[in-house]
Amino acid sequence: MAIDWQLATVTAVRDETPTVRSFTLGLPGWSGHRPGQHVDLRLTAEDGYSVERSYSIASEPERAGEVHITVERIPGGEVSPFLHEVVVPGDRLEVRGPIGGYFVWEASLGGPLLLIAGGSGVVPLMAMARHRARAGSRIPARMLFSSRGPDEIIYRAELDRLAAAGDGFVVAHTLTRQQPPGWTGYARRIDEGMLAEVIEPLGAATRAYACGPTALVETVANGLVRLGLPPDRIRTERFGPTGT
Amino acid sequence: MTEQFVTRAFVGRRDDAETGAMGGGERRRRTPPGQYLTTEFPVLSAGPTPRTPLDRWSLSIEGLVSNPASWTWEEFLALPSRDYVVDISCVTKWTHLDMRWKGVSVDTLLEGVYLDPKAAFAIAYSDGGYTTNLPLADVLNNQAFVAYEYDGKPLAPEHGGPARLVVPARYFWKSAKWIRGLRIQAADEPGFWESLGYNNRGDQFLEERYTGD
Repeated sequence: MAIDWQLATVTAVRDETPTVRSFTLGLPGWSGHRPGQHVDLRLTAEDGYSVERSYSIASEPERAGEVHITVERIPGGEVSPFLHEVVVPGDRLEVRGPIGGYFVWEASLGGPLLLIAGGSGVVPLMAMARHRARAGSRIPARMLFSSRGPDEIIYRAELDRLAAAGDGFVVAHTLTRQQPPGWTGYARRIDEGMLAEVIEPLGAATRAYACGPTALVETVANGLVRLGLPPDRIRTERFGPTGT
Repeated sequence: MTEQFVTRAFVGRRDDAETGAMGGGERRRRTPPGQYLTTEFPVLSAGPTPRTPLDRWSLSIEGLVSNPASWTWEEFLALPSRDYVVDISCVTKWTHLDMRWKGVSVDTLLEGVYLDPKAAFAIAYSDGGYTTNLPLADVLNNQAFVAYEYDGKPLAPEHGGPARLVVPARYFWKSAKWIRGLRIQAADEPGFWESLGYNNRGDQFLEERYTGD
């Protein structure tokens, strides 16, 4: 019944943005997970000093024997700079999971589905989007993704591909600080007007998942309640600047 | 894993300085295993922040008691209160030392309700439907309080205001935000997170994070 620590082997490392990197963790004994869940990671020094952090799983459960995590490098942090600067394929890391049973969506729960992300808050939502595609679901789904600038959009190319698949997945970006020439997406922080536009085609039976900094999640959750979504259909996950 | 695994090339950022308000030794002693120290107050909640107007707010003690009690907001504020300075640990790994609160001891709330001899558990319930379960042995004798101020200011809604339970000796999910009452029971009953894979007791110094820990 206990969730035991397992040894994962890092099998691939990929840069998503200049400050965000994904790690593929090979886990032969992985029991599977639900999209939205996380793992705990433990780093231990030779003298026994150890630290733990939680990271959302980015990959879909259909991927057997491995999970992907996506880590933003927090300057001055203890764990994320180590993962970025030291960890290479072949290294082994202790992990345990999956953990968390509420901020979870799978195709069997139905939709329509609204995913709202700020920055690296996109990670657990990406697991849901990847699962939806991989499971062949055609549940109407929309993602509203807030990033600071064009170079900071995590998973940008893959999100473009998912949105081009023609299976009912739509992505809207907003860039809050810097927009490239010719930008046609939103160019401001998420507000109630933006939420109203994004949710309109989905309707009031939507299941909404929001993950990001506290201010964004508060705005989104309160806004969706005012737009008529029942509070029990709004699930939130937050991270502050302390998730180092 | 019986033999301790060592992460290649990991040293860690040790905080051993004997400077500041307290020494490195004391900081280490007060930091539960697997936790890191922060001076921030991160927010975590599963859904939207409920907002109940104060004129419709009440706090109730019900269940296995002879005299169920209920207080309006004004009545609650008139109860004997005190200042608390406590260390808080969240299962998401942060620990914040010396957090300053003002609130009413659960002992004060239970004065005069007359617990039934079979009473053994308190189920805290909140606006928005959140619940968490605690043995009475974990909340009596000044181990828990209902806070309405943090750091000298009214408790903000995202931190559980107008009032939240605070149980410093347990992971912070036991400190129910937006509390509206305690239901006293003979039998234990897992609450929201306790039903979703988190530990039933949640003692941070025993690292009781998840089911089976």
